[in-house]
Amino acid sequence: MKARFLVPFGIFVALVVFFAIGLNHDPHEIPSPLIGKAAPAFSLPQLETSAPLTPETMRGKVWLLNVWATWCVACREEHPVLVELARSGQVPIIGLNYKEVRGDTSINNVEQLKPVEELALGRDRMRVWFAQHGNPYIFTALDLDGRVGIDYGVYGVPESYVIDKQGVIRLKHIGPLTPEVLQAKILPLVRELSK
Amino acid sequence: MKRALLSVLLVLMTASAFAKEAAPLAQDPVLEVRLMRLSKELRCLVCQNETLADSQADLANDLRNEVREKMRQGMSDAEIKHYLTQRYGDFVLYRPPVKSITWLLWFGPFVLLLGAAASLIFFLKRRRRTLDETPLSAAEVARIQSLLNQESDRA
Repeated sequence: MKARFLVPFGIFVALVVFFAIGLNHDPHEIPSPLIGKAAPAFSLPQLETSAPLTPETMRGKVWLLNVWATWCVACREEHPVLVELARSGQVPIIGLNYKEVRGDTSINNVEQLKPVEELALGRDRMRVWFAQHGNPYIFTALDLDGRVGIDYGVYGVPESYVIDKQGVIRLKHIGPLTPEVLQAKILPLVRELSK
Repeated sequence: MKRALLSVLLVLMTASAFAKEAAPLAQDPVLEVRLMRLSKELRCLVCQNETLADSQADLANDLRNEVREKMRQGMSDAEIKHYLTQRYGDFVLYRPPVKSITWLLWFGPFVLLLGAAASLIFFLKRRRRTLDETPLSAAEVARIQSLLNQESDRA
């Protein structure tokens, strides 16, 4: 008699547990296969200099790679958090600007731009942005065609990567960085890796 | 003479109407077919329930171009899949590979089906046994008889 009620009750509890896990799981967060692997190499033009930026520049340091664009709404939300983080000096942040010109759907003559013009336009847009909101990045590289983004498995900006002294990706965060995320996930890891 | 010149001019003017940038599709039809077939096997990471072939997302477009380029370079379909899973994980494949963490996904439904079938057989057998084991009592037979008689009287 007892088992008769216990069995459906047990099934109910199991379902509740499954639903609870499912509801707290964001299907947009795809685990990155790059964790524990070397950060993919790139060589991209920078904001202020024609000298290309490569991840090798940061070897021996723990750093944060932040993928962003001025047209990205969530990056706007994230920006003050990054500026504050840069001011605190806890971790150097490198900006990887993702498809600054091509990604902005409000620009409609992108195909007609020459590569030089696209680069110039991208740089101008970033300068305007930094003048208004501050620049948290020690270096900023422009990934105009999004190829480097593909190598890093970027599928939506903003995304951030913690990269260790040996140049290995240790963490990927999808979506805007918040003070909570920094305190709970990013900064403890940075401190541990910096030891 | 003037009329002839004008007609030549008009013909020349229409030429610009025919001038059109060559669509990438026309460049290599065989490769495009191969691209479509492969991208049906790949998931768009932005709109996750769409294949790379169907998706209109910006990233899907970039990835299709990337796959197209890899095909031109002579990479096989398996190599291209490997290239993408290295960056985006198994999630990019519409058919996840069979490995220890996907066993539950692949075989779970069959395990559930077997379990359900086994318990169904178990319950049916038990029910038949209880039905067989309790023959009607004399009183019940008599009651059935009277009910049946009533029914035939009414008819």
